Amino acid sequence: MTTATASAAVPILTMTGICKSFPGVRALHDVTFRLFAGEVHTIMGQNGAGKSTLIKVLTGVHPTDAGQITLNGTALTIDTPRSAEAAGIRTVYQEVNLCPNLSVAENIYIGNLPQKNGRIDWQTLNAAAARLLSGLALQIDVTRPLDSYPIAIQQMVAIARALSTEAQILILDEPTSSLDEDEVQRLFNLLRQLKARGMAILFVTHFLAQTYAISDRITVLRNGELEGEYLTGDLPQLKLIHKMVGREIDVDSLTQPQAAQMAQPGATFISTHGMGHKGTVHDLDLEIHAGEVLGLGGLLGSGRTETARLLFGVDRCDSGAVSINGHSARFNSPRDAIKHGIGYCPEDRKKEGIVAELSVRENIILALQARRGLFRFLSRKRQDAIANEYIKALGIKTPDAEQPIGLLSGGNQQKALLARWLATEPGMLILDEPTRGIDVAAKLEIMDQVLALCRKGLAILFISSEMGEVVRVSHRIAVLRDREKIGELDAGQADERAVFHMIAGGGA
Amino acid sequence: MNTSRLAAMARHPLALPLIALIVLLVVNRAFNATFFHIESKDGHLFGSLIDILNRASPLALVALGMTPVIATRGVDVSVGAVVAICAAVAAVLIGGQMHVENGVEVYVSNVPMPLAILAALAVGLICGLWNGTLVSVVGMQPIIATLILMVAGRGIAQLLTSGQIITIYYQPYFFLGAGYLFGLPFSLFIVAAVLLLLWLLTQRTALGLFITAIGINPVASYFAGVKARAITLWVFGFCGLTAAMAGLMISSNVKSADGNNAGLLMELDAILAVTLGGTSLGGGKFSLIGTVIGALIIQTLTYTTWSLGVPPEANLVVKAVVVFIVCVTQSDQLRQWLVRKPLEA
Ligand SMILES: Nc1ncnc2c1ncn2[C@@H]1O[C@H](COP(=O)(O)OP(=O)(O)OP(=O)(O)O)[C@@H](O)[C@H]1O
Ligand SMILES: [Mg+2]
Repeated sequence: MTTATASAAVPILTMTGICKSFPGVRALHDVTFRLFAGEVHTIMGQNGAGKSTLIKVLTGVHPTDAGQITLNGTALTIDTPRSAEAAGIRTVYQEVNLCPNLSVAENIYIGNLPQKNGRIDWQTLNAAAARLLSGLALQIDVTRPLDSYPIAIQQMVAIARALSTEAQILILDEPTSSLDEDEVQRLFNLLRQLKARGMAILFVTHFLAQTYAISDRITVLRNGELEGEYLTGDLPQLKLIHKMVGREIDVDSLTQPQAAQMAQPGATFISTHGMGHKGTVHDLDLEIHAGEVLGLGGLLGSGRTETARLLFGVDRCDSGAVSINGHSARFNSPRDAIKHGIGYCPEDRKKEGIVAELSVRENIILALQARRGLFRFLSRKRQDAIANEYIKALGIKTPDAEQPIGLLSGGNQQKALLARWLATEPGMLILDEPTRGIDVAAKLEIMDQVLALCRKGLAILFISSEMGEVVRVSHRIAVLRDREKIGELDAGQADERAVFHMIAGGGA
Repeated sequence: MNTSRLAAMARHPLALPLIALIVLLVVNRAFNATFFHIESKDGHLFGSLIDILNRASPLALVALGMTPVIATRGVDVSVGAVVAICAAVAAVLIGGQMHVENGVEVYVSNVPMPLAILAALAVGLICGLWNGTLVSVVGMQPIIATLILMVAGRGIAQLLTSGQIITIYYQPYFFLGAGYLFGLPFSLFIVAAVLLLLWLLTQRTALGLFITAIGINPVASYFAGVKARAITLWVFGFCGLTAAMAGLMISSNVKSADGNNAGLLMELDAILAVTLGGTSLGGGKFSLIGTVIGALIIQTLTYTTWSLGVPPEANLVVKAVVVFIVCVTQSDQLRQWLVRKPLEA
């Protein structure tokens, strides 16, 4: 079902009739995919459509059940990631899989560290790493351990690692999910250069705008099956969404402000005065009401996540005061915050969110059970009921509640984490990049859920690097710059430009 | 039986340890026709199997205590030393003499026996909590934190016994390690009680879930509100307690306490028993039954080499080879290969 006009060029890579099943899940069925030199080819599809699986089949992480792969006209068996690398295929996987304790430079060149006299040549190593990163306009100390940097930089490092050796095919599975606007532009500039040199690039993203900005060709997967391959020019945005989801969805709510139309907020849930923590944020005055979404606007590094960590007791306030429902409160740990009815979906889902080998059920009830303590153990029946309720309500795609959460697709993991907090019936939810890596339809669903809860009186602190999204769902927006609040905007008066204007110093 | 049932069974985490144990037992039977015989003398059961169970008891206790520690990503290398300390405490406190009064043997202990036992258990608990504090409050690496007590503990035990082997002369105390109840060695009941207690705690309360969650992802567990610190602290505390029980059992069995040799290298056997039972050293999911089976494998192995007349020098080598085989067959890669399932990274 290929609708793209047959290109004169011959694809350098073809995958035909690819099938791949996991126990209880048919991840790919009879999928065909082509990659051309000098093109960016984007795979689009909902969470769990099989995008990452197709990539992992191509890079030898998963063996196929059926299907052929041809590279440069010759059939190829790729059974290990090494053989994929040998064939000139470099990959940045969706979940950053680097070594957190090693330095940035070591991470980039791990596996082929430059040597001199039989020893690692640190000077060359560090210089090469720094040079590579500056190609991405990133000036950082490459000798520091990777996990001393935020996740956005870790993602850039993963990209640099893939670019460290010449390749004919570059695969990027949602490389932009935690990057901000500027970094995405830098990455795209680089991709355009690589493309011009004839590299074939496979790209996955959930951001429609990025898809249209960078890709020449789009392949749409739905439920593990090929929906079609299109030239980007032939596939307008609405049609693309339709192809991905398989039904009409109300795209208006993607662009219209939503919070503004909602009921007036209720009483103050939480307020902070001069809240601060040495080295992260200082002098923060925030107020969030029941039934209100407060958006945090600001660029990467402006202190958004740090604010969330303070409010959730991960970092301890060392100045200022916090009060909840009018009573002063002090959080020494997330546990204290949870007791006061606060829930937190962290931005680093893999590290701070999911407990990978535990089932979806166990992950969903974990926070609720932790609050109830050791002895008021939820009966298995209650656990099943709660898990199944949220699996249904949020549309979590999993064979059943007993599937280890680590085996779900990224977007579905995020929904399960949301379920974890909803199950505790919180008074306030802190959502740090809740729609990161989530497909259009699910994004709508999640924001709908969140706003519905908000209408029922839930207070929400909403953090997203997509400023448009912040503007759309928030009643008010607190704008941060350099780890300080520089002002607030009301939903009525705010648009993206107003926020950026304020950040740029236009008016506080 | 169809192959998918078989494959499912082969994939069960307890399958390999059980098979290993059965193979060992069968090997013994092949060399010793009376291996499976159990006879009753004066209402007490005797036989090689009973002997193995009985001798495996102290190790099983320590390994059961070690299981939750390992499941939370920790390890406690001080258990052998704690065994020695607690054995010494009990021996010093009980001491004991036998008098003959009016033709009846009367045993007198230095302090009442229940008190001595409680004191030894308390010392074990304190040792465990000390380890737990270093790990969860001070934030030391478990192996380093417990290494301190592993080294210092031997010294403490020798101070308690003044560097000598203290002999216990107090008949009632010997029941603990050598007595019989309902025809079975009393030590088996202690192991069963600890196993039952742990099983109830981990299955009927949320403890099992929390321990597993901490072992898999401590940060995410903390963010979900799990009391990771307190749980880690008490898990180490409990490990110290089971080591104390083992110390009591051993000193009762050999009627003495030897600060130098009691529980020597027991930490390694305990860690081994836990791993043989299918609990990963990386933390996470654990199996209590698996641990008991692991302890039985180790004890059966010791029994086998001894009964086959393997020279003591070769003993450890034989042990190493068997352990190697079991551990290799436990690797996921090999297991998947065995049940003809493709490798999934
Ligand atoms: N190792 C695995 N074991 C079992 N099921 C898996 C495994 N990997 C993926 N799946 C399942 O296969 C399906 C496809 O997953 P995949 O990760 O390819 O989705 P995706 O399109 O990349 O989604 P997302 O946009 O959320 O990243 C999902 O239902 C997922 O749960
Ligand atoms: Mg994916």
